[in-house]
Amino acid sequence: MSEASGRRDFLQLLGFGGVVFASGLAGACTNNSRRSGNADGDFFFVQLSDTHWGFEGPPNPEAANTLRQAVQAVNALPRQPDFVVFTGDLTHTTDDENERRTRMRQFKAIVADLKTPVRRYMPGEHDASLDHGKAFEENFGATHYSFDHKGIHFAVIDNVSDPQAALGDAQLDWLLADLKVYPAAAPIVVFTHRPLFDLAPQWDWATKDGSKAIDLLQHWKNVTVFYGHIHQEHHFKTGAIAHHAAKSLIFPLPAPLSQPKRAPVPWDPMHPRRGLGFREISVDELRLTLTLKEDSLEGAPAAQQPQSRGAY
Amino acid sequence: MRGAIGILLAASLAAAGVTAQEKVIPVTAERFKFTPAVIELKLGQPVVLELTTVDRKHGFQVPDLKIDENIEPGRVTRVRIAPDKAGTYPFHCDIFCGSGHEEMAGEIVVRP
Repeated sequence: MSEASGRRDFLQLLGFGGVVFASGLAGACTNNSRRSGNADGDFFFVQLSDTHWGFEGPPNPEAANTLRQAVQAVNALPRQPDFVVFTGDLTHTTDDENERRTRMRQFKAIVADLKTPVRRYMPGEHDASLDHGKAFEENFGATHYSFDHKGIHFAVIDNVSDPQAALGDAQLDWLLADLKVYPAAAPIVVFTHRPLFDLAPQWDWATKDGSKAIDLLQHWKNVTVFYGHIHQEHHFKTGAIAHHAAKSLIFPLPAPLSQPKRAPVPWDPMHPRRGLGFREISVDELRLTLTLKEDSLEGAPAAQQPQSRGAY
Repeated sequence: MRGAIGILLAASLAAAGVTAQEKVIPVTAERFKFTPAVIELKLGQPVVLELTTVDRKHGFQVPDLKIDENIEPGRVTRVRIAPDKAGTYPFHCDIFCGSGHEEMAGEIVVRP
């Protein structure tokens, strides 16, 4: 496994042949690369992650509004994405099965305000680990699946419905069967919640059998993995596979193993929403280059007054 | 990582006994804590951790020592450790158990 790469170094690494970074405030910047290509050929999608709808606590006093702010920020983009993907922990966990389903319905009602009609979902452990994905499936459908979009094959894999954070042999068999019809050079994007590699097992930032998935994926030469779980931007490579973690939309967590405990970064009233954001991923018309643009919610409009979460 | 991987492999002894020279340390798991949360060991003194749970299934993972055990209700999971290197080795529950699971952690401290 290769060493973690700094952001500048990562400019040299490959996604679909190349990855370019940009960053800015949500809705405040245009993405030049997105605008420069063939409008019929290039496209982009948005990754939202770890919204933890239902969370209440000091790490985010605005939690009742953050998801709505993210929806507004995506809607304010100069162009709308082809689709929005949520990479898990849509809701914050609860022991109450009825409350779990209520939170999922509330989440769906809020994201229904996205202008983009196509949304892809997958569970995080907060959504699925206490009931093996049952409530998630009732509300959002399968926990692993695949789809194709404009020449890219996307595979969504579930490393959370098993509370021990394993994919399991059956899902790995499914993944192999799903991918084997594609040539080795085909561009493939994988969405999942936890890191597939051992980012920080001491903080439970790993997938029990993630190495099996990585070994399997190595057969394809243009694989990019987008995930969440760690509540921060992070970039890593295992062989030719690029792994990109996204910021959360609830509270940031510290850099891996940078302190004894993985406690949330304390809320800073002088910088509300610092560390929260989402990602735009542009795919060029030749399907060779991914452009990642990290958008911060810190520049989003001020929080609204907290609203009731029981009105849906 | 705050300690090198220098402790002899801690073997699961679910069905095994405890030798006379081994110190037994009971460790209780419950949502969302381990008791004790800090397990202090002396360099060179072999111990057996006797892991039990009072509520539901939990995990006991010490990545730096390559320990990865389940703690099942109604059973005692025994883990032998022969500490041969001083250091601090974090452990945590790796079976998601609810809101607060992320705080269910502790550390093994091996003192010279």
